[in-house]
Amino acid sequence: MGLTRLAHIVRKEFLELRQDPRLFGIVIIAPIIQLTMLGYAATTDVRNVPLVVVDQDVSSESRELVSRFDASPSFEVIDGLSSTDDVDRYLNTGKAWMALDIPQGYGEQIRAGRPTTVQVVADGTDANSTNVALGYASTLVASYARELASPSGQPQAPLVSAEVRVWFNPQLESKDFMIPGILALLLLVVTTNLSSMSIVREKELGTLEQLNVTPIARWELIVGKMLPYAFIGIIDVLLVVFVALLWFEVPLRGSFLLLFVMSVVYLMTTLGLGLFVSTISATQQQAMMTASFFFLIPMVFLSGFVFPIENMPAAIQPVTYLIPLRYFLVILRGIFLKGVGLEVLWPDALALFGWGVAILVLATLRSSKRLA
Amino acid sequence: MITGLWKTIAVARKELRQIRRDRRTLLILLFVPAFFLLIYGYALNFDIRHVRLALQDNDRSAVSRELVSAFVNSGYFDLVGEAPNPQSIDDLLDRGDARAVLVIPVRFGADVAAGRQTLVQFLVDGDNANTATTVVGYAMGLVNAQSQRYELQARIGSPAGPILNVEPRVWYNPELRSTLFLVPGLIAYIAMLTAVVSTALSIVREKEAGTMEQVRMSPIGPVPYVLGKTAPYFVVSLISSMSIVVAAIILFDMPMRGSWLVLVGIVSLFLVGALAFGLLISSIADSQQVAFQVVLLTSFLPTLMLSGFIFPIASMPTFLQVVTRIVPARYFLVALRGIVLKGVGPADFLPDVIALVIYAVVILALASVRVRRQWA
Repeated sequence: MGLTRLAHIVRKEFLELRQDPRLFGIVIIAPIIQLTMLGYAATTDVRNVPLVVVDQDVSSESRELVSRFDASPSFEVIDGLSSTDDVDRYLNTGKAWMALDIPQGYGEQIRAGRPTTVQVVADGTDANSTNVALGYASTLVASYARELASPSGQPQAPLVSAEVRVWFNPQLESKDFMIPGILALLLLVVTTNLSSMSIVREKELGTLEQLNVTPIARWELIVGKMLPYAFIGIIDVLLVVFVALLWFEVPLRGSFLLLFVMSVVYLMTTLGLGLFVSTISATQQQAMMTASFFFLIPMVFLSGFVFPIENMPAAIQPVTYLIPLRYFLVILRGIFLKGVGLEVLWPDALALFGWGVAILVLATLRSSKRLA
Repeated sequence: MITGLWKTIAVARKELRQIRRDRRTLLILLFVPAFFLLIYGYALNFDIRHVRLALQDNDRSAVSRELVSAFVNSGYFDLVGEAPNPQSIDDLLDRGDARAVLVIPVRFGADVAAGRQTLVQFLVDGDNANTATTVVGYAMGLVNAQSQRYELQARIGSPAGPILNVEPRVWYNPELRSTLFLVPGLIAYIAMLTAVVSTALSIVREKEAGTMEQVRMSPIGPVPYVLGKTAPYFVVSLISSMSIVVAAIILFDMPMRGSWLVLVGIVSLFLVGALAFGLLISSIADSQQVAFQVVLLTSFLPTLMLSGFIFPIASMPTFLQVVTRIVPARYFLVALRGIVLKGVGPADFLPDVIALVIYAVVILALASVRVRRQWA
């Protein structure tokens, strides 16, 4: 009996979704567009830093140094200037981020084997990129200095060197780190927003009263409202995973089945959150604003999606345990990049599941109060 | 003309009343800027410190201990434990208990003392490519510096220090604080939120509720209606943008090197484009659900991802760099950072101002065509 009523609600929701073909299109096409955009954009790698050169020496030595910068993929020499004063103009307009200033007499000093200094002027507005670019510049100069210092002109191996081995992502590609995160982010944005409006819309239109007089139980309403959106969410999961694997060639080292099951558990939390927001809002506008700005955005920033949790101050770190996205990100990156299974991920899986159950119970309780 | 003005004011008053009545939306409009400011000021940064480091010291000599303490004393690494065997290294990295492992080979100390070349191993968890790159950089630098010390000890009489040095000088933000970089981006974000979202939703709501028909029947024309609808949001957005700047100056010592007048002018210009965009969306969408999804897709995510707010545009692939050219926040950010951090005037970012003007004019024209057609 309960099941037929549930089926009716699900059918009703599907009919409503179908009525708005634009919405349906958005829900299916949008994630693909976003993934493609974000997959390429969300990189914190620093490349092609525009550089101007002030070569006051104009010797073969100074030209050699400039060519080292030009040959590096990190820098792009865009112009040569004759005077240091011109650097202002380039940095002020943002045409160049860095300037390499080679002093007069540089070539002579190098030929004589006397230590000398070149100046690098950097635009610090983008603190992060500048930091990385400065590191590149000093590494480049240091290895060049080694070559100059060794008698044979060959780069001399240092006494102690580090052999670096990077695990899980040997090429250090941002995309392999970001794309699993984008899957989590898209599911959160699409499903939470949609479901946050579902009950509130009935409230606004006055049809909630009508549902109230039918023999439908609270949990039936909640679950019935949730299932169609869960269905959309599952389609989105499959679409996004296939694009990630086939187009972006993100490795999937773990089990696809586990990935799928955990995505369903995660959908439970995002949909539950949306329904909960729906029960505490009076209008659709309120629901959307509440979902997006009280929940989604803080979650995105505090989950470790872009900004590592370890870098946050100790006072903020405990807050991140309240965020389901945090656990799902650990699970996703574990499955995609590390190829680990439940034997490692069980604490996060358990936390995610507990979160989902709790928020669904909360939403059901809230809705019964509202309906009673 | 005068009656048009009165009609505009009447619509604006109605809208303001509606904003005031909806306590929660008002709260959100106030809460979000404050939240973001605090989070960017205190919680979020890319500065990497306290990397969890595990150690496998197969040598246990004075020299190996010296290398380890160089890692710990740098402030970048926290020693979290020992990895007695290769299997335990796997476990530590798999579970994320350690982010990096330093492996020192047997006879390390003896080799260094004898001046024989030797190799230490440094294993990094690469899942976060950005963090890993930085961590690798730190480790290489530390090992290099230690190596140079040993080399100097080994052959006394060689020149002290390398032959070529770099003297870095950072302009505009000498301490390289990421807050100063992120706060201007925040202004674009908040402006987008209040301007586009609120405008689009407030008009679509009237469509959904059926009150649009009544407005159309009344003697208010389309122009006063649109102006009256958007003016309150313009004022709210302008106030919240400016309060972010003021709060950042007070809380985080953000410099304000340029002219306030230019700043207000640029923010207003950006807001006109954003409001027009909200209007355009409202003329396309019939339900708030659709309107919101369209806003998310076309302005929210691009402002976050494609504007240079967090991710540098120069590092993106070429085709995506072309796409960023239609994101107005891109130009807005160049102008904002120019005014606030560099203290330059409009002459220095003239192309960006022109781009913002073109954007505002084009979107406004599109929106007015659509609105007029719907009104008729």
